[in-house]
Amino acid sequence: MASPLQWPVLRQFLEHDPSGRHHAAKSRATENLKARIETADRVVPSVCPFCAVGCAQRVYVKDEQVIQIEGNPDSPISRGRLCPKGSASLQLTTGASREKYVLYRKPHGTDWERLDLETAMDMVAQRVVETRRDTWEWDVDGIRTRRTMGIASLGGATLDNEENYLIKKLFTALGIVQVENQARVCHSSTVSGLGTSFGRGGSTTYLQDLQNADCIIIQGSNFAEAHPVGFQWVMEAKERGAKIIHVDPRFSRTSAMADTFVPIRAGTDIAFLGGLINWVITHDAYFREYVVNYTNAATILRDDFQDTEDLDGLFSGYDAENSTYSTETWQYEGGYAAASSGERDSHLQEQGSALGESSHPQSHGSGGPGVHGEWRRDETLQDPRCVFQVLKRHYSRYTPEMVEQVCGVPQALFQEVAEAITANSGRERTTAFAYAVGWTQHTTGTQYIRTASVLQLLLGNIGRPGGGIMALRGHASIQGSSDIPTLYDLLPGYLPTPHAEQHLDLDGYIEADSAKGGFWANMRAYTVSLLKAWWGDAATAENDFCFDYLPRITGSHSTYDTVNAQLEGLCKGYFLMGENPAVGSANTRLQRLGMSKLDWLVVRDFSLIESATWWKDGPEIATGELRTEDIATEVFFFPAAAHTEKAGSFTNTNRLVQWRDQAIEPEADRRSDLWFIWHLGRRIRKLLEGSADDADRPVLDLTWDYPTVGTQDEPDADAVFAEINGKAADGSPLSAYTQLKDDGSTSCGCWIYCGCRADGVNQAARRKPHTEQTVSSREWGWAWPANRRELYNRASADPEGRPWSERKKLIWWDEEAGEWTGDDVPDFEPTKPPSYRPPKDAKGPDALSGTDPFIMQSDGKGWLYAPAGLVDGPMPTHYEPQESPFENALYGQQRNPLRKLLPREGNRYHPSGNQPGADVYPYVLTTYRLTEHFTAGAMTRWLPYLAELQPESFCEVSPALAAERGLTNRGWATLVSARGAIEARVLVTDRMKPLRVQGRTVHQIGMPYHWGPNGLSRGDAMNELSSISMDPNVHIQEVKALTVDIRPGRRPRGGDLLGLVADYRRRAGIDEHTGLDEHTGMEGVRA
Amino acid sequence: MSVTQLGMPSVGVPRKGFFTDTSLCIGCKACEVACKEWNDVPADTDLQITGESFDNTSALGANTWRHVAFIEKQVPATDPSAHDGVKWLMSSDVCKHCTHAACLDVCPTGALFRTEHGTVVVQQDICNGCGYCVSACPYGVIDQRKGDGRAFKCTMCYDRLEAGEEPACAKACPTKSIQFGELDELRERADARLVELKERGEENAQLYGRDPDNGVGGDGAFFLLLDEPETYGLPPDPIVTTRDLPAMWKRAAGAAAGLLAGAALAFWGAKK
Ligand code: SF4
Ligand code: SF4
Repeated sequence: MASPLQWPVLRQFLEHDPSGRHHAAKSRATENLKARIETADRVVPSVCPFCAVGCAQRVYVKDEQVIQIEGNPDSPISRGRLCPKGSASLQLTTGASREKYVLYRKPHGTDWERLDLETAMDMVAQRVVETRRDTWEWDVDGIRTRRTMGIASLGGATLDNEENYLIKKLFTALGIVQVENQARVCHSSTVSGLGTSFGRGGSTTYLQDLQNADCIIIQGSNFAEAHPVGFQWVMEAKERGAKIIHVDPRFSRTSAMADTFVPIRAGTDIAFLGGLINWVITHDAYFREYVVNYTNAATILRDDFQDTEDLDGLFSGYDAENSTYSTETWQYEGGYAAASSGERDSHLQEQGSALGESSHPQSHGSGGPGVHGEWRRDETLQDPRCVFQVLKRHYSRYTPEMVEQVCGVPQALFQEVAEAITANSGRERTTAFAYAVGWTQHTTGTQYIRTASVLQLLLGNIGRPGGGIMALRGHASIQGSSDIPTLYDLLPGYLPTPHAEQHLDLDGYIEADSAKGGFWANMRAYTVSLLKAWWGDAATAENDFCFDYLPRITGSHSTYDTVNAQLEGLCKGYFLMGENPAVGSANTRLQRLGMSKLDWLVVRDFSLIESATWWKDGPEIATGELRTEDIATEVFFFPAAAHTEKAGSFTNTNRLVQWRDQAIEPEADRRSDLWFIWHLGRRIRKLLEGSADDADRPVLDLTWDYPTVGTQDEPDADAVFAEINGKAADGSPLSAYTQLKDDGSTSCGCWIYCGCRADGVNQAARRKPHTEQTVSSREWGWAWPANRRELYNRASADPEGRPWSERKKLIWWDEEAGEWTGDDVPDFEPTKPPSYRPPKDAKGPDALSGTDPFIMQSDGKGWLYAPAGLVDGPMPTHYEPQESPFENALYGQQRNPLRKLLPREGNRYHPSGNQPGADVYPYVLTTYRLTEHFTAGAMTRWLPYLAELQPESFCEVSPALAAERGLTNRGWATLVSARGAIEARVLVTDRMKPLRVQGRTVHQIGMPYHWGPNGLSRGDAMNELSSISMDPNVHIQEVKALTVDIRPGRRPRGGDLLGLVADYRRRAGIDEHTGLDEHTGMEGVRA
Repeated sequence: MSVTQLGMPSVGVPRKGFFTDTSLCIGCKACEVACKEWNDVPADTDLQITGESFDNTSALGANTWRHVAFIEKQVPATDPSAHDGVKWLMSSDVCKHCTHAACLDVCPTGALFRTEHGTVVVQQDICNGCGYCVSACPYGVIDQRKGDGRAFKCTMCYDRLEAGEEPACAKACPTKSIQFGELDELRERADARLVELKERGEENAQLYGRDPDNGVGGDGAFFLLLDEPETYGLPPDPIVTTRDLPAMWKRAAGAAAGLLAGAALAFWGAKK
């Protein structure tokens, strides 16, 4: 009972608060109120676990419980801010949706059972050993492979660098090559696209630098929604007067913030960007001095090179029978490419590989393709065979009229963009490009990125403040999981995975790949140091540093090959570590059917995601295609530790490595992936102890001793980080990759990360407030390479080393001091003067002159033309998507002739263009993210605070399409493709606009891909509709442009659903040949 | 002068407020989530889309103390601030923390009070769920929670202010659409911003709730809008519903005494 003295009316008189509405009215609870952050026992620095902006967090802990998570204002990237996902981290980590205990599903079991953690770990170790033994493969056709194709793993972009490192290390030692993660399906084409253009596959710039731009083109990205806190730097630029342009099929929250929105037909960006290239060249708007000195514009090509203009959409060297190119004629005159820079001719291609050759172009993530020889340059750019003239001709028909015909972009709007970028480039001004998976996920994904690279090089915008190409990556450490790759074709630091036929020994491997000039020439030191990190004393010069311990690839073993291998019964064991392919990968039905053929499946996640429960309640159970009792797959579910419950590092979208401390230990059976993989490795090693089998040597010789911390035997992440950084012979930490030796005296787990723990100090854990630093804030975290924030920044100065302008100065040559200086770590040898010219026969970095800013390229130049490195052409060319309502208006060649398809039951393709049946799927579907959800939804659809903001799946259509198909706002629609049919709510919105293309109206449908049937916020998965059709360089799937039909109402239930899909296929006349044709031979609209 | 203006602290801490500049809002809803995380506000359980653009929380209420409105507006294609005839307006609404706060005036229990920061806060240990405040609020902000009965709304993170921290929504907002600070300073900033936006061609840009002479004596949380208030679902001309209360008190002392008695009853009633 309250005291009468507390009665406010009395208090107001007693406490001189005549209104009685102020302090006199304070209740006891109010008097005692204390913000919980004030009473926390400790505040632990952390990083947001969602997207790759990498917002810094503060985790407040009281009584060993996390009580609050908020932004850290000291961060130069986020400045204390968090988007709704970051703001929901408390619910993510402490909410009720996370599983606590190990769950187990017996073969043919109908429900989960509990299993204790230790038993489950032992069982998984057993399964690995047995499956590995059963499927061991010493050779293929007598060529040594030393591997197992029976086990695969998927996931890593949501994990820490240290976790990816141990996964890759253990699985490689076990001979498991099918190790993949989200980087394959999100940004693999970024690595090949940027890598072949500039020498490194990471974003050329960093988020904060966007504020220095005078114009920002956001294309292929829903920047404001998918990377909200990073978008503050676009808003900063806008407030400073920059022009913001958004080019996208759909008017999104990003478009709402732009000065100009350019609607475009999905899948036609190369035509649009090619149009800009043509404009820049024909209007003489390129930055001549930059182009002549810093790009390969002047280099002379062979006289037998033939362009798509000559061959109606093909380059010379095309082999129609095998759908491949011989790249010989693409070379510089007098030059030749390193053997593996081009396509791999291998009779082993089909072995264990559904998709043919491996995706070698990803290995240009840090080191461009090797080219050798001598070549000529014509700096007047007049020679008809110089790159500049060839480029000019290649794009000559990409006129504003053609852009309108192909993209549906009105000429006036195109002109506005062209004028904006040309007016905002040059000595005084810079334009930046920002893109994401709207560009990468196409059958021409790599070439999308290449087109932007060519354009930015012509405009002179690479390596300069406010310029560059910002690759926006979507998982907390997806950059890290490419750098320290859980990817089948790479070893740490973008060293290629050895290929069985071409890389017989260490010498052969180095010979095939290293370059004559640039830093890639030191590849041997990087490789040997990696082998020393993994096999320690066992790796000696005599035994080739255990190079033979590395399993070999024989073709593509990407995640889509793995699905095929599962369906074929070849791959029997599968680890899913923070990835949900039953929702997030293309053709989810095949993903699940593949899993239903497995012997065992291990899922590590927070909640019971669709990839963990398909055997019980998946769509195939509903249609009757599968019966739970018939499924023999044994399923282990391990609850994962949250980002607050483990220490480790994430690498953000601009290559910035940021360390998180552990706030608390995880509860119950929850464990970090570091714990899981290390303890799994220990158990496996125990099982193999004393084995005389040579196959087991790599596992037993592996360096696998790490100190532990805490009460749960957690391996010390910092010790793993130290191994990644590398050490000298005396055990002292290295500080730069230039210290690495090829004699076995140094060890280093990932050469591009060498220096991340320089001086024995965790550089990634540096957190000097941005208010105490310059814009580049180089004492916040650590960026690869060598803590550089703006790559290729030598190009911010003119050939003589002077800033191009005062306004855009960044790095310049200080003659007096004899070194490069400015507000960044120079991306150049620090004391190499601009006047340096390499002597003949110089090698490695010495072979590059003082005016060659692209130090990872073997010729030091930015590549307008890629003579090597890509399989589908030296210059980007517009092809229609695999499925398109239109004919290619530019060439007879309809689609990328080298695109990778997986023609099999369940993955049928649609007719395109004028082909009969194409009108059965008349609409273009494009996909995207929403601010409120994250990728395949595992980290957001279970959270009440995010679920309520976007509570069910929906698609967006224009009022015109709604009228055409009888769709109503908030009503249901069914979308149908040859692969599946799904239902979703409808949003009818003026933001979706039909476009005019080739004289007819085309409707586009927008659909976020976050949903699946589990969790709080639910819906059918968009990827039931998509097909597996891929970019040939890196095998990324095309999910940004496909064709579908849409009809009102909910989809059929049970077996009727399959009937509907089959009926559509029948009406469209689809069979096993549909969509496979190369030259369609159809008459398109020609310019 | 209303009853409550007397309660505005005249000495000590300067009055705090929110300036929500909707021209900077990217509609991310971080403010909604950060608010709920900090204040432990329950989520909505009805998981269905509303069909109203990207707005699925619909309005401010007992469980939504920040609400982001999404308005898809047809405008002439020539409008320089629009794209091909569509403008997508986003705006984060919140309790206005009025200078003349009707909710405070009518609260019989003293659950609602004016803090030393000049903000208006419901004290949950006192509120008895009578609901007078709900109908009194000219903005429809304050609301009774279903199954609980008590009234809830934004506190401008009173506990955080006491700790010298900014409110959770303002701290999270990625683009600083939500700005927190001393009201006088925010008003100056807003005035300058308005001029700037007008110069950029945002002809309909206007400040809402900034004017101390408006019907509620000015809002402690005011807005820069890019269109008319009605477009955002805001009352164009809010008036404190208790404007005449002091005069009434003078004329009818007896009635006032009755009100006091009622207040006393309500106060002790709430404690049971
Ligand atoms: S999801 Fe991305 S933008 Fe949002 S808070 Fe986390 S890191 Fe920042
Ligand atoms: S947090 Fe800021 S930008 Fe996001 S919706 Fe709220 S007010 Fe708008």
